[in-house]
Parts: sequence; structure tokens; C-alpha cells
Amino acid sequence: MTHDALLSAQGIDKSFFGVKVLDGVDFTLRAGEIHALLGENGAGKSTLVKILTGAYRRDAGQMHLAGAEVEPRSVAEAQNLGIGTVYQEVNLLDNLTVAENLYLGRQPRWMGLTDRRRMRADAHELLARYHVTADPDETLAHYPVAVRQIIAIARAVDLSGKVLFLDEPTASLDAREVQSLFDVLHQLRQQGLGIVIITHFLDQVYQIADRVTVLRNGRMVGSRAISELPRRDLVSMMLGRELAEATGHRDPDATEPDTAAAFKFENYGKRGSIAPFDLAIRPGEVVGIAGLLGSGRTETARLLFGIDRPDSGQATVDDHPVSLHSPEEAIAHGFGMCPEERKSDGIVGDLSVRQNIVLALQATRGWARPIPRREADALATQYIQALDIRPPDPDRPIKFLSGGNQQKAILARWLATEPRLLILDEPTRGIDIGAHAEIINLIGKLRAEGMALVVISSEIEELVAFSTRVIVLSDRHHVRELKGAEITAEAIVEAMAVPGEAA
Amino acid sequence: MIRARNLPFVATVLIFLIAYGLCALQFPNMLSFRVVGNLLTDNAFLGIAAVGMTFVILSGGIDLSVGSVIAFTSVFVAVLIRAGVHPALAFGLALIVSTGFGALMGLTIHALKMPAFVVTLAGMFLARGAAFLISTDSVPISHEFLKTLKGLFIQLPDKGKLSFLAIVMLLAFALGVVLAHRTRFGANVYALGGSEQSAELMGVPLRRTMIQLYAFSGFMAGLAGLAYTLYTSAGYSLATVGVELDAIAAVVVGGTLLTGGSGLVLGTLFGVLIQGLIQTYIVFDGTLSSWWTKIVVGLLLFAFIVLQRLILLISERRAAMRSAAGE
Repeated sequence: MTHDALLSAQGIDKSFFGVKVLDGVDFTLRAGEIHALLGENGAGKSTLVKILTGAYRRDAGQMHLAGAEVEPRSVAEAQNLGIGTVYQEVNLLDNLTVAENLYLGRQPRWMGLTDRRRMRADAHELLARYHVTADPDETLAHYPVAVRQIIAIARAVDLSGKVLFLDEPTASLDAREVQSLFDVLHQLRQQGLGIVIITHFLDQVYQIADRVTVLRNGRMVGSRAISELPRRDLVSMMLGRELAEATGHRDPDATEPDTAAAFKFENYGKRGSIAPFDLAIRPGEVVGIAGLLGSGRTETARLLFGIDRPDSGQATVDDHPVSLHSPEEAIAHGFGMCPEERKSDGIVGDLSVRQNIVLALQATRGWARPIPRREADALATQYIQALDIRPPDPDRPIKFLSGGNQQKAILARWLATEPRLLILDEPTRGIDIGAHAEIINLIGKLRAEGMALVVISSEIEELVAFSTRVIVLSDRHHVRELKGAEITAEAIVEAMAVPGEAA
Repeated sequence: MIRARNLPFVATVLIFLIAYGLCALQFPNMLSFRVVGNLLTDNAFLGIAAVGMTFVILSGGIDLSVGSVIAFTSVFVAVLIRAGVHPALAFGLALIVSTGFGALMGLTIHALKMPAFVVTLAGMFLARGAAFLISTDSVPISHEFLKTLKGLFIQLPDKGKLSFLAIVMLLAFALGVVLAHRTRFGANVYALGGSEQSAELMGVPLRRTMIQLYAFSGFMAGLAGLAYTLYTSAGYSLATVGVELDAIAAVVVGGTLLTGGSGLVLGTLFGVLIQGLIQTYIVFDGTLSSWWTKIVVGLLLFAFIVLQRLILLISERRAAMRSAAGE
């Protein structure tokens, strides 16, 4: 342990239900530094933060604060030790005044009663240090999120004062608000605070952080000074592959078709979600979407399928302008989508495989025209055979099927509606190798049959294998489009490291 | 400038003043200290109960047991006094029982993580049943001590009187205002009404606050029961059915958000007075059915719920605009 370590942890282990989520993780935070904690989904970032801030107990390992061993058993205890946390949104109370939010539970008192005048004066003074001119007596809801965030930081620092954890502080802020937040962080760094920031925005990491620690699959990949770490290397640390290796085998038939684009999106975007992009999709092609977590992959899919409303641009289907402001409208134009969160957004666990398969088709017909049992049986049998869903029992509740078979059933659900454009968000996540190969084959088959597909995946090799084109996203911008022979794992990773604004 | 969160309160006060003005135009006699004094006295027990209810609603909860606790308290003290117990002692015992009962409900709500609605509904039946168990008859009481209390008043000009009951109610409101705005308990209650999860993250002791909160409501319901006993000089287990709903109406018409987190104790006083004013008007008119009180209160309730929703929407839009304008 170096003498300037403010907060350090060695060999942190944590398991949930026998599954190891953190495995011997080391973490060192120095006084007066801003430290970014990075990693893809499931890397263990939030578990590590919860252990360090007292919300979880560790299974093994040691933790030191300013040289002394500590063992916070609750968030309050960590706070008293000097470790403060600002969570993403749920931190303050919108209905209380600014001053009450800052001093809740520690109001200055005089003769047993709250001294409102002193509380107001204290709040004023505290906020002045952060260059925030908020009226202490105004309700917090009166102020924009950016100001609330700084007020939350002011409270956390005032309460704890040594270490500050920020969980995705910039998720809902615009560029100017991010800048004023960063000004505050710079100021706190100068005061000698150690700041840990969790974020998905690599731009911001390079703008503000002094060091980064990267986690992957519950292990620490490395901890480096940001000045010595090119963006490309950081991305490969997060993805866990050397750029030289891993050249996926391309499907030789995955070439661009010479048909006309049936689905066009021009200048399509939504503020705070994804920057405006142009995208034209032809029948018989697979458009792969690549990008790190938080780069705008899922946001793109949500926009295409009408789950989110665009605030700029126009969509056209077969050269007719259309409005895609709800999934219902999108489905009416022949769209289908398998969401990323299969368990919560995809399957209806207690319904049978057959009911899950006919769900989307029934929805397009409306409740007044129920699908006859015979037709439902026929559809279920057809897709169970075609996609090899196992066990081949249409009456089994879908929650008893494996992840891969659930995924196939959801695919069947959309195939039954005979869509012209199918959007797949992470179709192969969490499924076994056999099902994985089958789904990739199916994507190729659907393409050959002339369907248009948009496939989002964090498996780069997979994108290389089946895509006719790959769109690479970074920091919520569509930064690159790769075609034909350009599609290699190396090129994709390289493009992912491009700062979003530069595109 | 009036802050957005105080707009419902200002609206309540304005409605009261305008309504009073209109009544006085039609019946100039209503503009007298005597009528004002009676207005306060006649609604004293409701006002006291509504103070407790204000806190419960501010926290995002509800207390449906209030009417039953009032009835229980009145029967309890009436029977004790009839048996020869000194009224002061009987009053003290009744307050201990009602406060303890409230505390128990608060503990249950917290420990079982049950909605306040369900727990206090059970409490409502329990307290009513306990009242029946003591006596199903109306128990008249008379005691020198009670007469002395009823005889206490502050002389107002024009033969008006501020009765003992009215004074107790105003003191209850004064206590409520201080508790709500000048104590950590009050701030914690508002915090709970904002978001229980955030409040807990910010260190609000949930268990303690919940127990204190419902104990306070129980205490106020007990005090309201004593006021009611003094007012009617009797205890009757069938009395004050549905008073908790009048109290809830007074709280909401007084400008408190039914979902919690926003409102003023003083607003509730005006909510009670508006209800009393309508009743007084009906008495003066002489031809109207007393059910008009319910109809007007219903309309006011609806108007206030809409008003609060509008204020919320407008302030959200303003916040969004401020954010966009880069203020």
C-alpha cells in the first residue's frame, strides 16, 4: 500500500447465491484524484461500489481508509467514516426545500426547535462554495436535475468529506451541465477529496479522470493513469480481447443486396438519448450495430421500434413518410423487435410456449378476432419444429425453458407476424453455445429469404460473421459504417474508440 | 411572490374569505364574533382530529381509525366518570390509551410493511368494537369539573365567546404548526411523504418516525374525543361515524397533497372552517337540506385535487424550461 492511498481495497470477494461476482479485486484511490471505474454490464462495478460504500458486506478481502482498516456495515456508517455516495437519481427529496435537503436529520437547533434562520444561512454559505445560486427556501423540484445533482454532492461531501462516489452522475445531463458538474469535481479534487466516478461515457473519462480501473467479469483488468492509456487500449481492456487476435469468420453470403432501401430514417434522433442519424435498410440485409454499453445501441433500437419518440427526423417505409410513435404503429408497418431484457420485456413466464408464440400475431389482429386454437396449435408446432425449440411441448409454461429456447420462442413470436424488418437486441446473450449457433444460422436464413434485419450485439465476432453492414456507435453517435471487407473485429473495435463528438 | 407549493393554501384562504363575504352579503348577521365563535366551537373536535390527520397525510399515509377512536374515547371517559373516577384522571387515561393505540398501528404498518390504509381500517373496526363492548347506550355525564371547563371562555366583542373547546383547537393547531415546521420530526414526516426510499437513504429513522406519527394522530383523535364528550356531555359508541373522512376532506381542501409531501397545517384549519361555514349558511338559510354540505365539500375536494395536479404539471414544465434555457 502506497502512503498516499486514501481508500484501498485488496482481494475483495463477493458471491451471490454461489455465483462469484467479485473475485480478488484490488482498488486504490488516492487523495486528490478523480478515478473512473469502468466495465461492461456484469463486470461487478456496482457490487464493488456497494461494498466500498457499506451497502453490501464483502465475503473476503481488506479495506483501508487513510491507512486504518475499516469495515463499514451500513451506508450511514460509511458516511460517518468519510465515504459519501451520490446515487443516480434517488438521492434527494424533491418536495423539501433546498436547505431541508442539505440538512435533513442534522438541522441546527435552538432550544429543541429547528433554527430555520441559521439553516438558511448555512445552506447559502455551503452552496456559494459550489457557485450555485439556489434559494435555500425554494422547493428542490423547482431546480433542474443538474443543480439537484450539485446539491446532492454538496450534501454528501458535507456529511462525509474524504471520499465521494458518483454513480453515473452525467446520465441525464446535457453537455453544458456536465461541464459545470466537472468544474465542481475539479474544485473538490483540489481540496484533496478522492472521487470515484462510474460512467459509460469514454469522452468524459478522458476529460475528467486522472486514473481508471477496469473490471471485467468480476476481476480487475488493470488500473492505469489516463494519460498513459490510449483510447484504443482502454476499449480492449473493457472488451477483453487483444486487437490482433479474433478475426471472426464471415459468412460469405453476407454481402450487400442490390435492392432498394425499404426503410429509411433521416436525421432521426432524440435529445439526451441518441444523436440524429441516417439509416437506410434494404430487404435481405443484416445491419449490425456495435458499440460499448451506454453508447446508444439499445436507444437506437427503441427509437426504430417506436418505443421512444424521436424529436427530430423522418422515417419512410417504401418511400412513404410514416410516423413511428408507438410499437403499435411500427408493427403495423411490418416491424418486429426482440428486446434485450428477455425476462422482463420479452417472455410472459406463466403463459405456455404456444401462447407466447401467438402473442404478437394476436396483438396485430386485435382482441375481437381471437386466433382459433387449431391455428395457434399449427403455428406453435411449425415454429417449435423450425427453430428446434426444446422440449417440443407447446403447453409448457415458457419460464421452465432454458434461455436459448426462450429466445427462440420470442423469435418465433415475431416470425409468426411475418415482419419485413426485424430488430434483435442482443439475441444471443445468456444462451448456450448450441442455441447460439442456431440463432446465428437463423439470422442468415432470414436474410437469404429477403427479410431486413437490424441486430445489436456486444459479441463482435458474431457481428462480423453475419452482418452485411456494421454501424458503430460511440458516445451516443453513429460514428462509422463498415461495409463488406471492411468488417473485421479490429476495425469495429477501432471505431468504437472514436470519440462520439468527432464523428 | 407566492411559492408554487403555497398556492393551494392561498387558494383555500381566498375561497374561505370570498365564501364568507358572500354569506355576509346575504345574511349580514353572519359577520359577527358570535357566529365566528360558534363556528370554532362547533367544529373543535373535527379540527383537532384533522391536525393529526394532516401529519399522517403529509407522510403519504392515512388514518381511518379517527372516527372510531373519538367514539371509543367518549364512551370510555363517560363510563369512567359515571363510575366515579375524576374527569381529569379519566381524560389522562383516555389520552394514554388512544396514543398507545396509534403507536401500535404505526409499529404494525412499519413492521409488517403493510399499507396504512389496511392497518388503520382494522384499527377502525377494533376501536368501534371496543366502544360497543364498553356500552351500547348513550352515557350522559355531568360533573362540576366539566361544567367549570365548559364555563371557561375568552370574551370577544359583540357578545361573542371564544369557548374552551375553540381555544383547545387553536392550541392544537399551534402545536401542529410548530411540530411540522420547527422540529426534525416534522421534517421527517415531509420527507416520508416525498419518497420513503430517498428518506431512508438520507438517514430518516423510518420505524421511529412511523410510530411517532401514528401515536400523534391517535393522541389528537383522543383529544378530539374528549372535546366531543365535553361538547355533547355524553359518550355514545355510535357517534362520529365517518368523521375521519370529514377530517381527510378538511386536510385536502386545506391544500395538502393527498399523496403526501406537500401542504401546511394551517391550511387544514381553513379546510375545517370552510366545512363549518357551509353548515352555518345552511342553518341561516333554513330551507336547504344539510346534505348540501357534503355536495359542496365533494365539489371542493375535486377542485383541489385538480388544482394540485395542475400546479405540479406547471412547475415540472417550468423546471424543464429552466433547464433548457440554461438558467
